[in-house]
Amino acid sequence: MSTIPIEAPTARLSHWLIGLALAALAWFAAYSQLVALADWLVQALGLSRQTHFGEAVHFFLYDTPKVLLLLTGIVFVMGIVQTFFAPERTRALLSGKRVGVGNVLAATLGIVTPFCSCSAVPLFIGFLSAGVPLGVTFSFLISAPMVNEVALVLLFGLFGWKVAALYLCLGLLVAIVSGFVIGKLKMEKYLEDWVQKIQAGQLAPHVGEAMGWVERFEAGWAHVREIVGKVWPYILLGIGLGAAIHGYVPEDFMASFMGKDVWWAVPVAVVLGVPMYTNAAGIIPIVEALIGKGAALGTVLAFMMSVIALSAPEMIILRKALKPTLIATFAGVVATGILLVGYVFNAVL
Amino acid sequence: MKNVKILGTGCANCRNTLALIEAVAREKEVQITLEKIEDLPSIMSYGVMSTPGVVIDDVVVHAGGVPSRGKVEGWF
Repeated sequence: MSTIPIEAPTARLSHWLIGLALAALAWFAAYSQLVALADWLVQALGLSRQTHFGEAVHFFLYDTPKVLLLLTGIVFVMGIVQTFFAPERTRALLSGKRVGVGNVLAATLGIVTPFCSCSAVPLFIGFLSAGVPLGVTFSFLISAPMVNEVALVLLFGLFGWKVAALYLCLGLLVAIVSGFVIGKLKMEKYLEDWVQKIQAGQLAPHVGEAMGWVERFEAGWAHVREIVGKVWPYILLGIGLGAAIHGYVPEDFMASFMGKDVWWAVPVAVVLGVPMYTNAAGIIPIVEALIGKGAALGTVLAFMMSVIALSAPEMIILRKALKPTLIATFAGVVATGILLVGYVFNAVL
Repeated sequence: MKNVKILGTGCANCRNTLALIEAVAREKEVQITLEKIEDLPSIMSYGVMSTPGVVIDDVVVHAGGVPSRGKVEGWF
């Protein structure tokens, strides 16, 4: 009987592996048939792509399954990757790192470490108390929400890998440079007093857990249910709005006020983005449709980064640990970085 | 009598964790005192970085996300 506890996890693992192999096959089969499916559905509904309505419906029926498939796949993989990067582990990797190298590492780890804005303050202080420099901590805090898998998947799905890669690189660059600048400004005295006291304080040892592959797969699945379960209404709404713009707004309509040649468009986009609080899922489909109508990519991406990275609710949360001067500096430095990104995109593409 | 503290700023996951621990303790008929720690300085004094965190008799046993039922059963 003593073999049962040993056999049970092995059996569960092979169930997972078989299930995953089948799911992967089904995934690729479905992904390769997306255009055919949308064409067929539009025809079955008795619509023609020559009409505005037919074109809008086709856009919706093609983009929705595509984005949801991509999202499910990538979020599952990221859920597994994140089990290797608990915040405690990331902190250990970052503590004692020099400014510069530390900023690069922090921004990169921001992509793979699980992060939720409700934990932003505990994470922030946890890093500082372990001796991670303030600027390096900020690099993490800027990168973690901005360069996330949902944004990257949507950019990849709707614009292709070049735009996704450019967003990844420039997002990391903004996080690295902003953190570096904040570090150079020596703003430690603008932390709230109770935070400064903790910095010198103690660290409770964390109970480490050994994880097997079954737990990692389960974590991946839990991540899919949490993220996809949360963002799918935004995606439907976003693609629906995008489809309407796609089908009805005239070509080049956006060029007049969101085009490349309008120099003030980028700053206006950044300022407009701050009070808005949505996730990447809701905003990117709209972004795609705007670009299709002549809006400049840099302007639109600056808007998107601003919405995600400079959200008013997150600043209110951070206010518990940071004095207003430091919050203003943080917002100012990041906004400048995003502005530059917007102009660079517009100039290059 | 075990003393259980839930560390968290009042998000949905913190409430779910609290409810789960209460349910498991009642099932196993373990006597516990439950406390919610919601102010940040106290949460931070346990060195927890991702909430919700769970502290039993002043030892941090869990941090980040709602613990699985199996894990909670293991504590009692």
